[in-house]
Amino acid sequence: MTSLLPYIGPKLLRAALSIIVVVTLTFFVLRASGDPALQILGPGARAPDLAAFRQQWGLDQPLYVQYLRYLWGALQGDFGNSMLAGKPAAELVLERMPLTLALMLPALALNVLIGIPVGAYAAMHRDSWIDRSVMMLTVLCFTVPSFVLGLLFILIFSVTFGLFPSGGADKWQSFVLPVLTLGTGGAAVIARFTRSAMIEVLSQLYIVAASAKGVTWRQVIYHHAFPNAIIPILTLLGLMLGGQVAGAVLVENVFGWPGIGQLLVISVGNRDLAVVQVILLLVALTMTSANLTMDLLYGVVDPRLRNARQGSH
Amino acid sequence: MQKKLQIDLSTLLASLWLCLMLLTAVTAPLIAPHDITAMDLRHRLSPPFGFGGTVVHLFGSDDLGRDVASRLYYSIRTSLLIAFGATVISVLVGTAIGFIAAYFKGIVEHFLLLLIDVQASLPFLIVALAMLAFFGNSLPLFVALMGLYGWERNARLARGLALAAGSQGYAGATRQLGAHPLRIYLRHILPNSAATLLVAATVTFPEIILVESGLSFLGLGVQPPMTSLGVMVGTGREYITRAPWMLLAPSIVIVLTAVAVSVLGDYLRDKLDPTLT
Repeated sequence: MTSLLPYIGPKLLRAALSIIVVVTLTFFVLRASGDPALQILGPGARAPDLAAFRQQWGLDQPLYVQYLRYLWGALQGDFGNSMLAGKPAAELVLERMPLTLALMLPALALNVLIGIPVGAYAAMHRDSWIDRSVMMLTVLCFTVPSFVLGLLFILIFSVTFGLFPSGGADKWQSFVLPVLTLGTGGAAVIARFTRSAMIEVLSQLYIVAASAKGVTWRQVIYHHAFPNAIIPILTLLGLMLGGQVAGAVLVENVFGWPGIGQLLVISVGNRDLAVVQVILLLVALTMTSANLTMDLLYGVVDPRLRNARQGSH
Repeated sequence: MQKKLQIDLSTLLASLWLCLMLLTAVTAPLIAPHDITAMDLRHRLSPPFGFGGTVVHLFGSDDLGRDVASRLYYSIRTSLLIAFGATVISVLVGTAIGFIAAYFKGIVEHFLLLLIDVQASLPFLIVALAMLAFFGNSLPLFVALMGLYGWERNARLARGLALAAGSQGYAGATRQLGAHPLRIYLRHILPNSAATLLVAATVTFPEIILVESGLSFLGLGVQPPMTSLGVMVGTGREYITRAPWMLLAPSIVIVLTAVAVSVLGDYLRDKLDPTLT
């Protein structure tokens, strides 16, 4: 464990720095976007009212005081109230969190459970007709934007065949189409990537050596090829999370799914800034910790990485 | 032998489709049979020609009796124009930031690299939505916002190119001759990096089309009376049971364009620059 510390330390610092930058940028962009007093009270507001409002919300203080207050509030989870719902913005967002996770986690599982076996299979049967047709299908799957794919699914499975509901989140059938929509693109990307990673690993000399010394083909695949191919796939998963978050926003809106993505679009439309800000920070926090986890996993899976630093000193 | 022929065929089809899109975008005002806001209330939701509709509305009409074909041509025009403008902005901004980072080094470079990392770790759609919430929406603002797409990738690339150029003889030689840094960067390093930056732009361009249609689909991008592919998909979705052509026409264009760009991009990458991922 001690050997991991010099590897993970700088990455932790970097992650913390990223979060601070996002929080700071959000604050200044928020202030630059206009006078909140004018925005809330309207352009026709009288000067004394404006002054009273500014005093009440601390807007008459110097900018750095406002910034420190904002930071202090943010640390305590206080991001102000939603103008629309009249509730704390953080509460509003967290309420919807389970529904969004209920979409994203199965979709992520679908990515991995379909993408990796399909890609590995295609790599082992390279240049067969199965390989070629699967790869052509994946191009289609990952180039079609999620909102178009979702609507096509609705058209086929809901409107034409009436198999699954086209929206809502009340029964288990409602999960099928959104999860499928969100998972398809990622599965295709992972399948393609797994295929090329496996092909590269399979061409390595240690695979040839293992086969030559009489290890069964199955053993070669599971014990020699796959563990080495999994490392780049892990990185890809980390990189794909951003696309998955963006996809969730669109997919939730296609299927009327009452998650954070839907809330974000409603809040942007109504310029409910407190809520938008909480969601932005939540995404930043999620992405940063996901990247950090990936780095950590990377260090665990590949011993060379955590030793490299010590070796150089 | 057969495989090679196959690749060439799909690449050919992809280029043909993209040429058709470009042609449509340029000639939209000439080939559109109707005004995009002209309502034909007696022929609302009329199906496309060949599916029970008439030649008057080739791809059918929408809920207000507006011609889907005409709106489609103009949508292609709008989407391509926005993507083009935004790509130019993205490459310019990215290159400028990358060059500044490479030139100043030290704290400036560290700060810019941090910003690049932050942007790279955030999904652009979320950032774009937040910006729209903060600043509101208007067309110039929207194009500028789309221009932020991919700046961090271009900046990284430009910085790398500038650093590589700096270690080559020509940049050092001009510096020794007493040239101003601006001159070195704009007259010497930029032309030498242009080819790679251009290839990067061809990657950015189609991605911006997709982000733009996504935002417009959500009703937060291009605003009526203007129309874009995303706007059409967004409106069509309300009539998915009664008039699926409203949705299918723009969707097919988006899908085919995305696939064509991806096919052509793979081909170009193989041919031009095998090192670029």
